[in-house]
Amino acid sequence: MGVLPSNYYDFFGIEHRLDLDLRDLERRFYALSRQYHPDRFTLKSAEEQQTALDATAILNDGYRTLRDPLARAEYLLKENGFDIGEQGSKNVPPELLEEVFELNMALEELRAGDESARAGLEEARAKFIAMRDGIDAELKAKFAEYDGSRDRKVLAEVRGILNRRRYVWNLVNEVEKELAGAAA
Amino acid sequence: MTPVQIDFGKSERVVGIDLGTTNSLVAYLDAAGHPAVIPGADGDKLVPSVVTLTRKGDIVVGNKARAALIDEPDRTVYSIKRLMGRGVADVQEELKLFPFRIAEGSESVIRVQLGESTFTPPEVSAFILKQLKKNAETFLGEPVSKAVITVPAYFNDAQRQATKDAGRIAGLEVLRLVNEPTAAALAYGLDKRREGIIAVYDLGGGTFDISILKLHEGIFEVLATNGDTHLGGDDIDNRLIQIALEDIHSEWGKDISHYGDAVQTLRRAVIEAKERLSFAPATNIELNYKGKHYQREIARELFEKLIADIVDRTLGPCRACIKDAGVAVEQIDEVVLVGGSTRIPMVRNAVETLFRAKPHTDLNPDEVVALGAAVQAGILSGSIENQLLLDVTPLSLGIETMGGVVSKLIHRNSTIPASATETFTTAVDGQRNVLIHVLQGEREMVKDNRSLARFDLKDIDPLPAGMARIEVRFLIDANGILNVTARDARTGKEQSVEIKPSYGLTDEQVEAMISESIDRAEEDFAARQAAEARVEADRILAAVDKAKQNDAYLELSEDERREITRALNELLVVYHGDDHLLIRSKIEQLNNATMKLAENMINTAVTGALKGTKI
Ligand SMILES: Nc1ncnc2c1ncn2[C@@H]1O[C@H](COP(=O)(O)OP(=O)(O)OP(=O)(O)O)[C@@H](O)[C@H]1O
Ligand SMILES: [Mg+2]
Repeated sequence: MGVLPSNYYDFFGIEHRLDLDLRDLERRFYALSRQYHPDRFTLKSAEEQQTALDATAILNDGYRTLRDPLARAEYLLKENGFDIGEQGSKNVPPELLEEVFELNMALEELRAGDESARAGLEEARAKFIAMRDGIDAELKAKFAEYDGSRDRKVLAEVRGILNRRRYVWNLVNEVEKELAGAAA
Repeated sequence: MTPVQIDFGKSERVVGIDLGTTNSLVAYLDAAGHPAVIPGADGDKLVPSVVTLTRKGDIVVGNKARAALIDEPDRTVYSIKRLMGRGVADVQEELKLFPFRIAEGSESVIRVQLGESTFTPPEVSAFILKQLKKNAETFLGEPVSKAVITVPAYFNDAQRQATKDAGRIAGLEVLRLVNEPTAAALAYGLDKRREGIIAVYDLGGGTFDISILKLHEGIFEVLATNGDTHLGGDDIDNRLIQIALEDIHSEWGKDISHYGDAVQTLRRAVIEAKERLSFAPATNIELNYKGKHYQREIARELFEKLIADIVDRTLGPCRACIKDAGVAVEQIDEVVLVGGSTRIPMVRNAVETLFRAKPHTDLNPDEVVALGAAVQAGILSGSIENQLLLDVTPLSLGIETMGGVVSKLIHRNSTIPASATETFTTAVDGQRNVLIHVLQGEREMVKDNRSLARFDLKDIDPLPAGMARIEVRFLIDANGILNVTARDARTGKEQSVEIKPSYGLTDEQVEAMISESIDRAEEDFAARQAAEARVEADRILAAVDKAKQNDAYLELSEDERREITRALNELLVVYHGDDHLLIRSKIEQLNNATMKLAENMINTAVTGALKGTKI
């Protein structure tokens, strides 16, 4: 089989872009699966079997990463030397400080058994979900901007937006868990 | 009379096996490329997954063993699949409902008592597999050593490993473990040549699986799977048995729940009643035991009340599966029903309501998994080229981190093979070992997940704390089984890893069981081959005997007659030996020696016939 690229974009034979045509990606995934899947090598030598296994693992890991816009963006950032550790999304984005403060208050009240906090939390959840949708639109625009310009400055912005999105998403999960837990 | 020549060298036949909780089947691809189930010697395609150890010390499997459930309950075991890959602590609940006799001293590996002997669940399963292997060999007339075996999609790593071990112990090279619903989809898809999104709902004897797949140009891509490895017809049976036992207790004033034979007789009666209820509005449960009689009518309405929560328990996993597949219910084109328990009308209705689609029931729900396994066997051996199965791992894989929290490395429903790489380091100066605890499950805390194994990275170069860099690769292969490799990232050297599985057998234990059973299997197979050759020999010996009375024999030259006598004696000399090839070669020799005689006989017969019809 020769030496296979371990970079996901290269394995799929596509340009290193942030915005991808998912149908094209799927077509390539199927074609490469037909080529490398271990099922095609069960009666071959142990060496060929191992190569098939390794190749398909890269293929599947790559497909999982590239078809998801967030995972894809993180992958491309890492590839370009950006650090995308968890830490970035642990710091409260400054523009959210006030909302987060109020949310934490409400969460604590609900935990203490104050049911009146529920309505406020439901509202907060709706707000954060809307916020996430806004962030997604923002990301999409940045993706296009980067693909057109290949400007590292844009990548830095993408990283900032990704951190904010992850932060907001963690909040939504937290609220949902709390609401479900309190209901049970 | 020429014996069929068998080429023992290059047989690449791969069979497909459905190793079920209640019934097991073996299937193959026929000459036309269609999957077909292979019947046993008794003509039955379903081999009940029941094993008994006779008082003479023989292992008996299938329908005959089923009879022993009642006569020899202490020497007989059913539903062994429920114990595969599990520890003693896991099965305590199970033990209240199933008459498994767990041997003393079972710890990480359970041992089941049959009479005076004990066996691990993989060994018991291996007996079933051996029976299927034998059925296939008899039917196909050639040795079978490679197989695809199906497992519930929701089986975890230990349960899969145990199944693979069972295959090895049975003398089978397990080329692939395939998920049962996926196998069913393969058989279904091949049959219908459909495109689109399908759901497979599989409720069998002991396990429940739901899988959602996308079918596109011969690719079967599993989008998501979910299930419960301890939910099935067995649970319904236990419920009915419980009720009958209570009835009997109050009617007879006697608790018979500790009499193995009584409970097994009742169990049989309950299962038959349950199965009738799928087609009749009401039926009777009847028991005759030691001159006493019990009878109770049960209407479908009551039955449905009794099992409503069991049916309900399948719906949660269905909803989760739809969500994980990322599809809307409306996008699912068809639901395929698999497993004997989907014959229950209430189950069908529940599925229809949830999926808002009429379930597809054209295929025989008992056979479709085995047929699919045969299709996958065809794919692996290269006889089916256009189809390809892309399956997923049912459970997330993670490692233990500080505070007993699990850090997920590979998420559930990831297409397999899938991998993740993590770098580990040391905490103390000069530390030589790092222990990694790997878990499976969806929960956040270690204690709520299934411990899979501990991997000990050994002989790490002694360095100041935090300096070592050990890169560990976690790889889930196409069977859904985890492989771990490690290397020292500084030197690039392979790092040795010692695996301590939390459940199941070590490699050494499996090896020991294999050599024990292979010896026996080879003997078995050789003995059978010789027996078959002897049957062939009997046939030709009888024919020659008869031919000697014929006039044609006298017409032979002396040399020709001597040649026949010699070949005859040589065959008789090897007849009782166990070398089937030698017997066959002597048959061939006798066959050649009598060629002329056979010709003469035909001519004589023809002349005789002509004479007779002459006007
Ligand atoms: N007509 C019927 N009505 C209700 N249940 C039935 C009917 N026919 C069979 N069953 C039940 O189906 C179960 C067996 O189904 P099946 O053979 O598909 O299971 P299995 O493949 O052995 O188990 P699993 O897939 O869970 O390992 C038994 O519990 C049996 O009683
Ligand atoms: Mg089954």
